[in-house]
Amino acid sequence: MVERRTWFSTFLPHFILIMGVLIVAFPVYVAFVGSSWDAGTIANGTMPLYPGKFLVENYSRALLAGNATAREPVGPMLLNSFIMAIIIAVGKIAISIISAYAVVYFRFPLRQSAFWLIFITLMLPVEVRIYPTYKIVADLGMLDTYAGLAVPLIASATATLLFRQFFMTIPDELVEASKIDGAGPMKFFVDTVLPLSITTIAALFVIQFIYGWNQYLWPLLITTRENMQTIVIGIKKMLVTQDALTEWQLAMATAVLAMLPPVLVVLLMQKLFVRGLVETEK
Amino acid sequence: MAVVTLKDVRKVYAGGVEAVKGVSIDIPDGGFCVLVGPSGCGKSTLLRMVAGLETISSGEVAIGDRVVNDIEPAERDIAMVFQNYALYPHMSVYDNIAYGLRNRKTPKDEIDRRVQEAARILAIEPFLQRKPRALSGGQRQRVAMGRAIVRKPQVFLFDEPLSNLDAKLRVQMRVEIKKLQRALGVTSIYVTHDQVEAMTLSDKLVVMSGGQVEQVGTPTEVYRRPETRFVATFIGSPPMNILPGVVETDGRVSVGGQSLAAADMATDLKPGLAVDVGIRPEEAEIAAPGVAGCAFAIDFVEELGATELLHGTIGEGAFVLQVPTGSVPNGTKQVALTIAPNCVHVFDRETGKRLSRRPAEASKAA
Amino acid sequence: MEKRSVYTNKLLPYLLLAPQLVITLVFFYWPASQAVWMSFRIEDAFGISTEFVGFENYVTLFGQRSYYESMWTTLVFSLAVTILAMSFSLLLAVMADKQIRGGSVYRTLLIWPYAVAPAIAGVLWLFMFQPSLGMIGRGLIAAGVPWNPMLNGDHALLLVILAAAWKQISYNFLFFLAGLQSIPKSLIEAAAIDGAKPARRFWTIIFPMLSPTTFFLLVVNIVYVFFDTFGIIDAITHGGPAKATETLVFKVYSDGRLGGDLGGSAAQSVVLMVIVIALTAIQFRYVERKVTY
Repeated sequence: MVERRTWFSTFLPHFILIMGVLIVAFPVYVAFVGSSWDAGTIANGTMPLYPGKFLVENYSRALLAGNATAREPVGPMLLNSFIMAIIIAVGKIAISIISAYAVVYFRFPLRQSAFWLIFITLMLPVEVRIYPTYKIVADLGMLDTYAGLAVPLIASATATLLFRQFFMTIPDELVEASKIDGAGPMKFFVDTVLPLSITTIAALFVIQFIYGWNQYLWPLLITTRENMQTIVIGIKKMLVTQDALTEWQLAMATAVLAMLPPVLVVLLMQKLFVRGLVETEK
Repeated sequence: MAVVTLKDVRKVYAGGVEAVKGVSIDIPDGGFCVLVGPSGCGKSTLLRMVAGLETISSGEVAIGDRVVNDIEPAERDIAMVFQNYALYPHMSVYDNIAYGLRNRKTPKDEIDRRVQEAARILAIEPFLQRKPRALSGGQRQRVAMGRAIVRKPQVFLFDEPLSNLDAKLRVQMRVEIKKLQRALGVTSIYVTHDQVEAMTLSDKLVVMSGGQVEQVGTPTEVYRRPETRFVATFIGSPPMNILPGVVETDGRVSVGGQSLAAADMATDLKPGLAVDVGIRPEEAEIAAPGVAGCAFAIDFVEELGATELLHGTIGEGAFVLQVPTGSVPNGTKQVALTIAPNCVHVFDRETGKRLSRRPAEASKAA
Repeated sequence: MEKRSVYTNKLLPYLLLAPQLVITLVFFYWPASQAVWMSFRIEDAFGISTEFVGFENYVTLFGQRSYYESMWTTLVFSLAVTILAMSFSLLLAVMADKQIRGGSVYRTLLIWPYAVAPAIAGVLWLFMFQPSLGMIGRGLIAAGVPWNPMLNGDHALLLVILAAAWKQISYNFLFFLAGLQSIPKSLIEAAAIDGAKPARRFWTIIFPMLSPTTFFLLVVNIVYVFFDTFGIIDAITHGGPAKATETLVFKVYSDGRLGGDLGGSAAQSVVLMVIVIALTAIQFRYVERKVTY
């Protein structure tokens, strides 16, 4: 479209967007700077806006060693977060894709009821049933286990709905061609449905990995042993109520380490991420 | 290869809708049967019942001497070409064609031999390693055909296989399907809503409407002697003109004030009976000067190249005449038409059935 | 919407559904029904037995001043975050939607905060606004603002709102951008030919066309503030000072854990469930409308 472009109208969008980017990035930049100074500079409030010289020291201390308050090193926490996020993402995808397949491609008694049973769980976020769920996990002896961390978060109506939606777009003729070609239901699933779902699975994986990695309330409740802590919980525990004792430089290094994996996932798999985000909300 | 027999086949859906209301057809070994009709007439449902994709509510479908009502599609020894081709998008062309054979545990070298042969016949050898989305519509259509012929089934089923192609390609593929079917000699059932496809492909044409068979016959029979007003207007392009008429004596009928001889009209009809008279646009002729005929008032002319269509009225009824271009001088407002007695088709105004001279038909009409 | 061709196996579908149904029953329905059950009961002083008390827990709950205060906090919090995050995101999305150079680079630079955990977002903002050592906190004090989120409830709430809104910008931005890009170009061209200037085009064409997205985001943001901000609050304020940042969800957590009042906590959970169900219902009305629109 022909539009008179003035100097102002050309640069205004860029100006606003750059301001937006700066506002969005600023807290993270400050955290990064914080992770590169020594405790003293931070504590007396004279930390400048550029990185200091303690970067390597702070990160290696945070990752490998404990510190004055006998804290767990961050390395194992990263591993715990990673394991939990992977179990949640893979588990969710696995159970959702087969249940969606059952609901879409079979006719059987109680099919609608099963679907509704799953569907209604959309309305029961973990926060509203937190203590009873805690009690069940405790009764099952799953406190302080990876299973306890992940399994209660695995059942998800969202993922099932997403797969159902996707299966609905697979043309009926493919099932029919496959029946004529002599493939049964499981063969059709493995040979055709699964390969066609790859992008959807990948998109969902990205979203669910981030979801799992960022869990807070649930792991806070059910992990008591230090060696089962996830990094998101760990960083919270570094903030000592008496501010003087908080080792902010280590807390910030840990924060940066905790943000890195999910942020990298978003940046490197941006297409899948956007797709997953938009589709899980349909 | 086999005879396909449908005996009083019905399809009633759960909601009580009757999609197919008792259809019986025999298709000889190697025959090419086309089911044609407007959308919703039940032709696709019928085909899908033969394939085993729809259950049969009542009646019997037999392939060869085996009743297949309760046999799964994979075991019916049929192959099907779908309207949207239904190619597996994630498999190469080769794998698409080979998939059905692999599922049947055909030996590897045998699969390869057959796939290569099918690819050669269909001229798709250069594309065997490509994915379907890298192919044009016509090429995909060939792959879908390849998937069917590689199986060497007893019956080919085609569900509007050409309707996703552009007009030019459609004509070309139509010819190829016909040649291929002749060469392979496999019994085929073909569903289409396009009457030109139906006429050119079939040696047995089944016209359907509202879940019922209107007429079964060779294309020529159906064209020459439509059994119902529906068939008369459905087969043939432009469609047959239907004008109101009144029965006279001596096998004549009056149309637009002009008396016409109707060679096939039942002889026992009461004079004065109101009927529908069908005349094909291409079968009326402009009368020589001085010869009496139906008065045809011309409204406007559509040029088609070799022929032209004159639109106008005879009496109260709309009428279309197809004549070689230039048959009528420009600006002509009215011409007289003569119609050969065997080109005048008379239908019952109520039932739409042909009022035919054959005794059996005649007694029914009365 | 149903498939035309399906399989008729008898046992297989149940096997395929079993894992999800088992987990759903054990970890969703059982605890949810426990919550409802517990909300009608009271535990004795020793925690040994419970007694049915009808709606007593609810009566007590709605008789508490602190519960209304928590509701009010939640309401203020939700509205502030929603309005802040949505208007800022809309502005950015509109700018990014103009066909300018580097549009996709801006998108990349704006969407990644989605991946930051709420609790970590809280820690980042606390680090900046901490009154004694935070860069901005000290700046405020130096400028004469008596800033102290540790002691001043309004300051604490403001800080939590800022952190929560910050984290939600990327999500809103992404959906607004998608919404803007799905508006047919021809519509905007027609408006331009009809003589509408850019600002007028925005308010008479683009903004109304965007209303489904806006409404959808409104509901999503409220749900986000209700449930996902728990980590932010716990990291920055623990619900304090003096419960100034205690939202309904945080109250369920702290009353249940600290107070040990299981019946009361369960009653709160049930009230929350009702709220989620209402919000979900609204969302589905919207989805339905979108389908017929």
